[in-house]
Amino acid sequence: MSRQRISLRQELPLLVWLVIVWGALWQDFSPGNLLFGALLAAAVARLFYLPPVELSGRFNVLRAVPFAVMFIGRVAAASFQVFYLAVAQGPKVTNAVVAVPLRSHSDLMVTATGHVISLIPGSLVVEVDRSTSTLYIHGLNVRNADDVLKLRTEVRDTEAGLIRVMGTKEELAALNQEVAA
Amino acid sequence: MNPDASTVDTVIDAVSAVFMIVGAVMSLAAAIGLLRFPDLMSRMHSATKPQVLGLFLLLAAVGLQLRTWWVWPVLLVAWIFQLLTVPVSAHMVGRAGYRTKHLHKELLSSDELEAVVLKAAQAARDAEPDGGNRAAG
Repeated sequence: MSRQRISLRQELPLLVWLVIVWGALWQDFSPGNLLFGALLAAAVARLFYLPPVELSGRFNVLRAVPFAVMFIGRVAAASFQVFYLAVAQGPKVTNAVVAVPLRSHSDLMVTATGHVISLIPGSLVVEVDRSTSTLYIHGLNVRNADDVLKLRTEVRDTEAGLIRVMGTKEELAALNQEVAA
Repeated sequence: MNPDASTVDTVIDAVSAVFMIVGAVMSLAAAIGLLRFPDLMSRMHSATKPQVLGLFLLLAAVGLQLRTWWVWPVLLVAWIFQLLTVPVSAHMVGRAGYRTKHLHKELLSSDELEAVVLKAAQAARDAEPDGGNRAAG
């Protein structure tokens, strides 16, 4: 094959994930089963080749745990908010489509931010401009310019949180500079 | 036997009962939202999101009730796949809905995408003199 192969270190998170899925599906985490799963994962990754995901090589667990807890908390809070809106406002709800330029230009970071912001009820990614890494977000119950600003800040904060968890060193340095300024 | 075993059982039963009821209420919220919201985009919010929490709570209740550690990885994998696929489907439907004009413009307080889409459509028409019936962007 002429396509450039990625290093094992870059491929490792994908292989580990495939082995976990294999073990979970068989509900058997014995060494023999995991080894067979690892062999299958290696074969699958070699046969069904996908464009490599460019990981930053950084992952801060201490930042990841509070981020995950905060994420579930916000999903819960926003779910009840959407419930309230559905019952109280229903057909009269006012929305907006808001453009949010992101700091990072890495595909993984834009995708992760889009995923997190889409999973929180009340915001939905309508369009992604990859060249300028701008997300166009449909926000529920956005009534005026203040709400637009609030939604934009929320998305930018989500991205900042993700950069602290797994952004590159350059992105992190830029973010720290921005916060300090 | 641990003398507190029945107390622990009661607590686990109570917690999973609360999780199941709240999870079911979340599905109800999604259904009410589908009926009440005015256009496709706002319906997408209720069609895709509250069930992420609802599924999480129901899976947690299942995990608590089965009391065997090996179901937790399956439940976790099920939820993670939900997290990975829900935003993608919501985005695809939302994107198509916006471009096929399945939304009420008068209900938008601001729309920062409209000018971009019009410009992309114009650029596509300029590039293809044969009518440019390809979707913009």
